[in-house]
Amino acid sequence: MSESSAGTIFIEGGRVIDPAGGVDGVRTVVIRDGRIAEVSERVERPRDARLVDARGRWVTPGFIDLHAHLREPGQEYKETVATGAAAAVAGGYTAVCAMPNTVPPNDNTSVTELVLKRAAAAGLARIYPIGCISKGQKGEELAEYGELRAAGCVALSDDGRPVASASLMRRALEYALAFGLPLSVHEEEQQLVGKGVMHEGPAATRLGLKGIPGQAEEVMVLRDLALAELTGGRLHVCHVSSAGSVRAVREAKRRGLRLTAEVTPHHLALCDEDVARSGYDTDFKMNPPLRSEDDVRACGEGLADGTLDCIATDHAPHAIEEKQVEFDAALNGIVGLETAFPVCLDLVRRKVVTERRLIDALTAAPARAFGLPGGSLARGAPADVAVLDPMAQWRCDPGELRSKCKNTPWKGRSLVGRCTHTFVGGRLVHELGGGRG
Amino acid sequence: MIGRHRHCIALEDYSREEILEVLDLAVSMKEVLERPVKKVPTLRGKSVVTLFFESSTRTRSSFETAAKVLSADTLSWTAATSSVTKGETLIDTARNLEAMKPDVLVIRHSASGAPGLVARHVACSVVSAGDGAHEHPTQGLLDAFTLREKLGTLEGKVVAIVGDITHSRVARSNLHALPKLGAKVRLCGPPTMIPPGMERLGAKVDHDLRSAVDGADAVIMLRIQHERIGDPLIPGTREYSKLWGLNAKKAGEWLKPGALILHPGPINRGVELSTELADGPRSVILDQVQNGVAVRMAILYLLAGPGEPTSPERAKA
Repeated sequence: MSESSAGTIFIEGGRVIDPAGGVDGVRTVVIRDGRIAEVSERVERPRDARLVDARGRWVTPGFIDLHAHLREPGQEYKETVATGAAAAVAGGYTAVCAMPNTVPPNDNTSVTELVLKRAAAAGLARIYPIGCISKGQKGEELAEYGELRAAGCVALSDDGRPVASASLMRRALEYALAFGLPLSVHEEEQQLVGKGVMHEGPAATRLGLKGIPGQAEEVMVLRDLALAELTGGRLHVCHVSSAGSVRAVREAKRRGLRLTAEVTPHHLALCDEDVARSGYDTDFKMNPPLRSEDDVRACGEGLADGTLDCIATDHAPHAIEEKQVEFDAALNGIVGLETAFPVCLDLVRRKVVTERRLIDALTAAPARAFGLPGGSLARGAPADVAVLDPMAQWRCDPGELRSKCKNTPWKGRSLVGRCTHTFVGGRLVHELGGGRG
Repeated sequence: MIGRHRHCIALEDYSREEILEVLDLAVSMKEVLERPVKKVPTLRGKSVVTLFFESSTRTRSSFETAAKVLSADTLSWTAATSSVTKGETLIDTARNLEAMKPDVLVIRHSASGAPGLVARHVACSVVSAGDGAHEHPTQGLLDAFTLREKLGTLEGKVVAIVGDITHSRVARSNLHALPKLGAKVRLCGPPTMIPPGMERLGAKVDHDLRSAVDGADAVIMLRIQHERIGDPLIPGTREYSKLWGLNAKKAGEWLKPGALILHPGPINRGVELSTELADGPRSVILDQVQNGVAVRMAILYLLAGPGEPTSPERAKA
């Protein structure tokens, strides 16, 4: 090492929350050569080191999102790897798993390689591609998991649609065992979903919209838990939204089944009555749909007790013309990378989860679920760090989002909590306002 | 304006007073309809555009008649349902029509919420002529008008609505209007046709037709749409008709004397309602059609008329 400390960064005065390292307290985080050099209470800062004043802020491992739709290749009008990565780092995310339902889908190495190439060119967040469970996501034949793994895929998913065939799902769980890849499953029984566009219940009844019962998810979760038990396969349940699914996952974990599950910020914060209150606003339409208050409560309890391991955004950008239509005709999904932290921080204020559990669900837990690097501030780890202002109040102006698309239910709302700095591998890739630091 | 409303989209949003404002004005509108010369110049120079994405004869004719009696110009536009991938979007269609400067846009659409979406993007008043399974506010108002006219009041009256509640926008509008006027609503139909949450809207749900109509002052029979059969909401029309259809014999034995029979039309004769009953003395189905014109006149008048008037006569002056 040279004598000079130029390039060394001292993040001082912040409350460091690093659940993986068991740290919660005011510490200085020292970044050197792109790695965490030290996290300690007292360190002498050399004159030429860069200072980030984090007083009043939280300093955490960079967030890791297991579930985002970056739309490239094929739907670059919605998002690109670069714009998605920019949205990610603005929200405190340093790593994002890209869902494979692109055009063409990521069921072969050329798509995987393209995504990685675009990610390297963007040079913002780390992007981990997810490969398809079935070729073309058609639910008929297995994709080539070995090649996908070798090219850099970290998990497999047909997200956007369920694997309808139980026999294909069984073989997918078995075959993936050879490569240690988790199967990230989108659970819905399509016959029960039918033409449903929102959660089935009193709100859907009043709005005259076709409903989707929570059981449409639960029955598929139960099927796949049984198949995971049969095969010993590694199951990760996507965007859990119903109380029944939470219960099923909890019981399966109690039985000792090796599985993980995720929940989105919106399923923790909004319910079907919000669809009614919004007046058919299609930015409240996603799949799975916003469910009942009881389901929301169950998801919060599941997050608190670890049944639902992590928070994933299901960031799903759609163009305005795909959303500004009849509710029945609108595409499913909302953007989420830039609002996840404040929306989830509200759970702490409402005493649904502790600060430590929240940060764990955004960092260490997703890293463990897919076996990804990061999610901790351990000495020597790549310096993927988020600096968060838990008191910052801001109005969500869709025009200011980095994402290409503006389909957010939080538009115009006042949010509390914001990422001020994001470091990836020790590089400052986001600074709020570009000012203080 | 109808009370606070510039549009007529959902009776859920209407207060008792706002509903009564329409019904009271419709009384004088009905009087106009019974004159030898059925024309008042009230809305002369105003224009009403009907934009229908679903086929309809009676509702559209009713709106057009209402507009014409009030001397408004009418333009009718029929459109294919929009889709994301092809054709013009709903908002584009509405904006194109708005460029023709209508005062009122009447819209029917198969998608729930479509009139509200249009209303957010145009400057004129929007009246829903039915959207998906959401609401059919003018039908709800004309049913309330007919019941009040025949029963004198809705206060304390019992109204049974029988049929496919799940897919019925008429039932929802009735359910939002009738209790505000003091009536008790019972819903009856096979369990597959009763959606969740109806009790929360103040309705009593009963799957047995006999007990549902017992003591009722009026029964609103809903149309069974053939596409629902094998949906699979019901096994077929034979059993449906036997269990949830009304005929003269059942009506004679189960209904209280003088109980009215309503139907939003068009009727499936022999399925939900027998011909003898539909054409019999209890039936007020044709009164509903006439009252529909009066109620729609009142709505057009309140939304496009010259301001605060209480009768078409005064407005004319």
